[in-house]
Amino acid sequence: MAKTIEEINERIRRGEAVVVTAEEIIDLVEVKGVEEVARTVDVVTTGTFGPMCSSGAFINLGHAQPRIKIQRAWLNEVPAYCGIAAVDIYIGATEMAEHDPLNEVFPGEFRYGGGHVIEDLVARRKVRLRAEAYGTDCYPNRHWEKEITLDDVKEAWLFNPRNAYQNYNVAVNLSDRVIYTYMGVLRPNLGNANYCSAGQLSPLLNDPLFRTIGIGTRIFLGGGVGYVVWPGTQHNTDVPRGANGTPTRPAGTIAVIGDLRGMNPRYLTAYSMLGYGATLAVGIGIPIPVLDEETVRYAAVRDDDLVAPVVDYSVDYPQGTGRVLGEVTYAQLKSGRIVVEGKEVPTAPLSSYSRAREIAQTLKTWIRQGEFLLTEPVELLPCATREGR
Amino acid sequence: MVRHKIVLHFPHEQVDKPIVSKLVRDYGLDFNILKASITPREEGLLVLEVTGEEEDYLRGMEYLRSCGVSIQPLSQDVRRNEDRCTHCGACLAVCPTDALSLDRESWEVRFSEEECVACELCVRVCPPRAMEIHY
Repeated sequence: MAKTIEEINERIRRGEAVVVTAEEIIDLVEVKGVEEVARTVDVVTTGTFGPMCSSGAFINLGHAQPRIKIQRAWLNEVPAYCGIAAVDIYIGATEMAEHDPLNEVFPGEFRYGGGHVIEDLVARRKVRLRAEAYGTDCYPNRHWEKEITLDDVKEAWLFNPRNAYQNYNVAVNLSDRVIYTYMGVLRPNLGNANYCSAGQLSPLLNDPLFRTIGIGTRIFLGGGVGYVVWPGTQHNTDVPRGANGTPTRPAGTIAVIGDLRGMNPRYLTAYSMLGYGATLAVGIGIPIPVLDEETVRYAAVRDDDLVAPVVDYSVDYPQGTGRVLGEVTYAQLKSGRIVVEGKEVPTAPLSSYSRAREIAQTLKTWIRQGEFLLTEPVELLPCATREGR
Repeated sequence: MVRHKIVLHFPHEQVDKPIVSKLVRDYGLDFNILKASITPREEGLLVLEVTGEEEDYLRGMEYLRSCGVSIQPLSQDVRRNEDRCTHCGACLAVCPTDALSLDRESWEVRFSEEECVACELCVRVCPPRAMEIHY
């Protein structure tokens, strides 16, 4: 029996919607079966919280007096992109503060970057703006310095070109020295394996063919409300898949947007990756409307049935060889040990499963209380498999 | 029998003297050096795990204090800022003991001060910088 998003929203408005998380639906389907769950459940909520480098914020600073057309700008000494209109700037999560030693003393600590500026703004801390310009007849000002806060800039939106990767590599190190990567510290000779996905709770792994998530999908973003605006950069659906339709390689991605003013540093946290750089951990939760039995089958996927590739980050990843050392399931990764090339290797996550759970639960509460309605996507995201190509 | 992990700070003028060896010779204590360093201002820092009879331990500590060495329990050394920890788990990859471990029910990272040997590897590896050194 198929449902429409409008019917589900009507039940949400009346406070009658049945909402479960992508973790809870697993046991529910086990006990009641796909058919009954499809009939009785309206929405499945998902969640993920991990470092997402392709993130940043557009800020309109409001006009100075006299006016300035900003040519170069810094927020707490972190350079922002200014090649757009007069007082519009973009602060990227991985941009480093001027005079940071970077990796000159290896491994660098990368204590303060764009992600930290964004977290400071969201935490309502003051941020120092410094801007320079060459001066024009209409914008004569050449220098502007002031303290800004999230409340006194004109607009501030998080706008992330690539988030919520559908599946990801498990990083290991085959070399004989320690390496410092965006996947964390990797000890030599397969000393450890780091993974970064919420697995069975991860948004895009619960709708592997993008049957419901599309342009305009309203989501939980950084503790506030946001939207999917486009497929993310590097969105790739033409990948090997398991029998359950889930990709066994990094695959789809989403571009997201949302007002920074509704967000919370608990779900938008600046990270410093030793020897690599600064970034931003982003919390994302996506509601999946239960339209039919197919939706339930996909959303009930469990860690045992989700597969990730093991990749060497000492040679294969940096050189782009494409070699995969093997495949492991998220259940194996979460057990704390996997076997790679015959050796038992301890695992560590970079994606916080406890916070992913918190996000899925929060979104569930919002929907149950009638505060969060689902949206009909304006257009679905491209998916080679769904489209039968 | 007692076992304590302690942080010793040696003043500049004591750095070149054989003080700790007396713990074994005169006080019958065993120790395991967890960490040793001399700061640029030539003050010494020594992290020890000391084992022995309670009475000997107390007398040994009294002796160290008489040499101008300040003593702190190690548990004060590395602490977790609970507000900053996101329970991501990046620290698990470097922790040499079970001081940092994953609770597979709550999926939160547990920090056990008793098992921490204050190697400080987690401090710079922690992405939100929640692990802090307190001297």
